[in-house]
Amino acid sequence: MVELMRRRGLPWLLLLAALAAPFLMSGYDLNLLARFMAMAILSLGLVLLWGHGGILSLGQGLFFGLGGYAIAMHMKLADLPGGSLPDFMVWTGRTALPGWWAPFASPAFALLAVLLLPALAGALFAWSMVRRRIGGTYFAIITQALALAFATFLISRQEVTGGFNGLTGFQSLFGWQLADQKVGRGLYWLTLALLCLGFIGIRALLASRFGTLLGAMRDGENRMRFLGYDPAPYRMVAFGIAAFLAGLSGALFTLHAGVISPAMVGVVPSIEMVILVAVGGRMSPAGAIFGTIAVCYARDFISSSFPDLWLYLLGALFIAVVTLLPGGLAGLVRQRRA
Amino acid sequence: MTTATADLLLAVDGVTVDYSGFKALDGFSLTLGRRETRVVIGPNGAGKSTLCDCIIGRVRPSAGRILLRGEDITQKPEHAIVGAGICRKFQAPGVLAALSVAQNLALAARRDRRWWKALGTGMSAAEQETVAAVLAEIDLAGRREVLAGTLSHGEKQWLEIGMVVATGAELLLLDEPTAGMGPAETSRTAALIRRLAQSRSVLVIDHDMRFVEELGAQVTVMHQGRFLFQGGIADVRADAQVAQVYLGSHR
Ligand SMILES: Nc1ncnc2c1ncn2[C@@H]1O[C@H](COP(=O)(O)OP(=O)(O)O)[C@@H](O)[C@H]1O
Ligand SMILES: [Mg+2]
Repeated sequence: MVELMRRRGLPWLLLLAALAAPFLMSGYDLNLLARFMAMAILSLGLVLLWGHGGILSLGQGLFFGLGGYAIAMHMKLADLPGGSLPDFMVWTGRTALPGWWAPFASPAFALLAVLLLPALAGALFAWSMVRRRIGGTYFAIITQALALAFATFLISRQEVTGGFNGLTGFQSLFGWQLADQKVGRGLYWLTLALLCLGFIGIRALLASRFGTLLGAMRDGENRMRFLGYDPAPYRMVAFGIAAFLAGLSGALFTLHAGVISPAMVGVVPSIEMVILVAVGGRMSPAGAIFGTIAVCYARDFISSSFPDLWLYLLGALFIAVVTLLPGGLAGLVRQRRA
Repeated sequence: MTTATADLLLAVDGVTVDYSGFKALDGFSLTLGRRETRVVIGPNGAGKSTLCDCIIGRVRPSAGRILLRGEDITQKPEHAIVGAGICRKFQAPGVLAALSVAQNLALAARRDRRWWKALGTGMSAAEQETVAAVLAEIDLAGRREVLAGTLSHGEKQWLEIGMVVATGAELLLLDEPTAGMGPAETSRTAALIRRLAQSRSVLVIDHDMRFVEELGAQVTVMHQGRFLFQGGIADVRADAQVAQVYLGSHR
C-alpha cells in the first residue's frame, strides 16, 4: 500500500520539483536542464514512431534543425536595425537578404514555420516512402542520408546559413531580452509545460485505437493489410507527429542554447537521439524522458572532462542497452515491479 | 458447374502466375456461387496457396482476371479487395500476439479504417456486437481478455478464422485451417465452417480427406497449377487420374 502511494506520488513530486527548479538552481544549471527537457520532447516522438510504429528514423536531426533554424533566423532578423544584414552575411560579402529569409522577420511566420514546417516536411517525406512500402533498414538509411544532406547543405552554403558555426548571438525573442533572468525562467517553464503536454498527448495517442493499430501494423503488417488496412497513412501520421515534436524540440533547444549549428542536426546527433530513447526505453514515454535527461547530463559531465571519450562511451552504452536491456530503463523498472 | 450469373460471386478466369519461368498457376479457372462452399485439394506445390494469393492481391497474375460480382479486382490494392468483401486466413496463424482476443477481433471488425477515426478509444456499439457474436461463434467467449499469444495452436486458428469473419467478408478464403490440429479439433473446425457457410461463400484448402468429407462440399482438385477434376468427395475418391496424382506425389 505504501509502495503504491509512493508510485502514485512520484510523478507529482517530480513535477513539483521541476516547477520549483528555477528557485533552487543556478541560472547555468537551469539552462542545462531546460536544454535537456527540450531534447526529451524529441524523444517522445521517437517513442511513437520507433517504439510503437517500428519505424526507425536516423534523421530526426533534420526536423530538429528545421525548427531550430526557423526560430534562429527570426531572432537574427529581429535583432537587426531595419534594412541591415545578419553579421555572418556581411562577413561573407553578401549584399542583400535572400528572398527566403525575408518572411522570417515576422514573428507569426517564424512561429508557424516552427510548428508546421518540420511536420509537413516529415509527413511529405514519409508519405513518399511508405506509399512505396519502403521500411526497415532501407528507410533508416534514407533518413540518415537526409540528415547528412541537410548538414552538408548548411555547411556548404555559409553565406546564407551561417555555415559550420551556425546561427548564434541572439539578443531577444519577440521583444523579450534573453539575458534577462525572468525571460530565462519563463522559457524554462514554457519548455516544461510543452514537455508535459507532449507526454500527455503521446500517452493518449498510444492508448487510443490509433496506437493499437500502429503497433499491430508493426507486429503483423501482412495480417493487417489483408484485414483491409492500408498501413501507409498511419505511418505517415506517426512520422509527421514525430517530426513536429522534433521541430518544437529544436526551436526550444536553440532558445536555451543560444545557438543552432550543423553539428547539432547531422548524422551523429541524429543517432544520439535514437540512443537517448533506447536507453530510457523506446516503448515508454516516461522512460524516454528520463533516459534523455539522464544521458544528456552524463554527456555534459563526461565531455567537459574527457572530450574524446564521449562517443566511445555512447557507443558502448548503446550496445549494452541493446544486448542487456532491450526495454531500456523503463523495462528495468517494469521487471522490478512484476 | 453451371452457376447462373446472378448467383455467381467469384470467377477466376485463366489465371497464370509465373515465378521466373516456373508456372505456379497455369491458366487456372474456377467459379464460386453465392453461399457456396468449395474445397480445393491437390498435392503439395499444386498452387493452392498461390491461388489465394492472387485472389487477395498479394501476388499479381501475369495473365487472366479475377472477378468479384462481375467486377474486375485483379489489380485492386489489397485493402480495397478486403473492402469489396474477400478476406483470407493464412496457412500459419497470423493473430496479433500482443493483443487480447477481443482486441484482435475488434480491429478486424472496424468498418471505417481512416486514421483520424481511430483517435478515440473503445469500440463502437456495432463493433462490440460483431465481436460478441464472433466470440460466441468461434467458442472463445471465455477467453475474451486473454492475450492471443498465449492461446493454444488450435485456438489461434479459430481466432484467425474469427477475425476473417469479423471483417464482414462475403467470401472467406481458409488456407489449411486444420493444419496442426488433432482429430477432435479438426471436427470442431469442420462444424464451425459449416455454420459459417450458411450465410457466406467459403473456399477451403485442405488435404485431410476426413475433414473434407465432413464439410460435405464440392471439391476442386488442382495439380501443377492446373485444374484436374471437380465433383463430390465420392467421385474424387473414385477418379483414377486423381488417385495417380496423389500416389505420384507420395513416393
Ligand atoms: N514466391 C515464390 N517464388 C517462387 N516459387 C514459388 C513462390 N511461391 C510459391 N512458389 C512455388 O509455387 C508452387 C505452388 O506453391 P503453393 O501455391 O504454395 O502450393 P500449395 O499451397 O498448393 O502447396 C510451389 O512449387 C512453390 O514452390
Ligand atoms: Mg499451401
